[in-house]
Amino acid sequence: MLMEARYTAVADHALLVTLAEELSDEVHEAIVALDRAITQAMPVGVIEVVPALINLLVSFDPVETDHVQLEKALRRLKIDTQHTSDKAAKRIVQVCYEKPFDFDLDAVANATGLSADAVIKAHLASDYKVLMYGFVPGYAYLGGVDASIQVPRKLAAVRDIPAGCVMIAGTQCLVTTLKMPTGWSIIGRSPTPILLNEPDRPFLFDVGDEVVFERISLDSYNELLEASDNE
Amino acid sequence: MSDATLAVHFAGALVTLQDGGRPGHLRYGVAASGPMDRVAFAAANAALGNIANKTAIEVSLGGLIVECKSASITLAIAGGDFMIEHAGAKTNGWTILTLREGERLSVRVGSAGSWAYIAFAGNVVANEWLGHAATHSTSGFGGGAIQTGQKIVVEHAEIREDREGQIEQPDFIPSGMRMRVVMGPQDRWFRTEAIEAFKNSRYSLTNNYDRMGVRLEGEHLALDAALSIPSEPIVRGSVQVSGEGVPTILLADHHTTGGYPKIATVISADINVLVQKRCGQEVAFDAISSEEAVKIARQFSQDVSDYLDSVSVPRGNLQQRLMQQNLISGVVGSDE
Repeated sequence: MLMEARYTAVADHALLVTLAEELSDEVHEAIVALDRAITQAMPVGVIEVVPALINLLVSFDPVETDHVQLEKALRRLKIDTQHTSDKAAKRIVQVCYEKPFDFDLDAVANATGLSADAVIKAHLASDYKVLMYGFVPGYAYLGGVDASIQVPRKLAAVRDIPAGCVMIAGTQCLVTTLKMPTGWSIIGRSPTPILLNEPDRPFLFDVGDEVVFERISLDSYNELLEASDNE
Repeated sequence: MSDATLAVHFAGALVTLQDGGRPGHLRYGVAASGPMDRVAFAAANAALGNIANKTAIEVSLGGLIVECKSASITLAIAGGDFMIEHAGAKTNGWTILTLREGERLSVRVGSAGSWAYIAFAGNVVANEWLGHAATHSTSGFGGGAIQTGQKIVVEHAEIREDREGQIEQPDFIPSGMRMRVVMGPQDRWFRTEAIEAFKNSRYSLTNNYDRMGVRLEGEHLALDAALSIPSEPIVRGSVQVSGEGVPTILLADHHTTGGYPKIATVISADINVLVQKRCGQEVAFDAISSEEAVKIARQFSQDVSDYLDSVSVPRGNLQQRLMQQNLISGVVGSDE
């Protein structure tokens, strides 16, 4: 549930704007709308905006503005909350759910009482939205995992999970971009690049984007990977 | 002008290439990285007359030993109090010297400080990521870590004799153990006793210290409620407290969001002091208002800019320096 925005000073160079105590679709849309409004208006001194689940951080140059001036500027913004979904871009991410990439697929199937194929179908059928980035470069947290396949994190993290792993925990899904430890359940592998490294579009997703997973075979996974390696 | 090649005989852990950092990508999970001590890094470049933010080597406590294999190059070393050995002679840090073909340079742990910077009169060849050579240590993106056995190439290497000598150290940087913080943004999650303990007790740095952050040891900071708050943005300087009540200060390569509450945030000016402390050294926190923090940031920005202006003036070569002295004494003489 949305509340009246709370503005909290962060050191000498940032302002945290909190819109709710808990995440919901409504809260996420409000965060995306506020993010767009700030990014478009770029009030004096603003360096960047970091959207998260229930709040967003606005970092600024303290030589040019301060917490009070910035709060005033943000309160003056006109925020269009009506059309956030219409403006959302749709990103396609391909996934191979076959061996050897299906590490935890059977475990998820066992935990949810579904067949492995039903887990895959539920994963493909979910409506995903990019909620925020975090942890390390390119880790985009996608909300919207179907209730039938929601599983908790593992008790202990597994080390050295490679880039490209498609994994789930609770309501969220994530495609890894670096070799990292994780306690999430890995159900497939994606050849779709997320770190694009292009100046205008460094990463595949922006916060608020819709994401659709597309199932591919092991053969096409290998072909796609080879093609992108040759680029 | 030619290219200087440096052979790395030894590089400790966490010796990396850094430029001024890549701000602007926090929303994609990318911390700005760049130098741990921004003032020392800027001083090394300014003292050589380089443009700001030129790629330099950040030397950790692990140290670095290089040998110049081709050409000669003037370089500046600043930050902490490291031990420098150049062509057999020992000097202190905060110095500018010329490394000639066949000479060795070692930068090693000295009496104080954790990070030193070597800036070059030339362009260090480095991989870039998102337009910057700053190394993000967790991913290795950017210029990357310097490894024993590798070569470092510096293009357009120059000798700048008029720059050689000591670099004046900043005198406006607060010394001592007190770090100024603005409380929050999640201080309301902590019990009153925890807030008091944080403000009134001392913490020491542990050896769980890298470019991502430093874990502290001291009074545990009990949380007020069960720990399941949604992930919130993190900045350089965030004092994040784990479920067990242990504080960690996030630094140059920090995570960009996290679910642990942040009790306070160290102001940007004091992070340069904090990072030069070592494992076992103590810090204490002074809570100040956000208005005061902004005032300090503005003064600090002015002080840094004045300081960099002053160290960027060339000292002149020996002949010029002697001339200058004659001129000054001459002027004094005529007044008498």
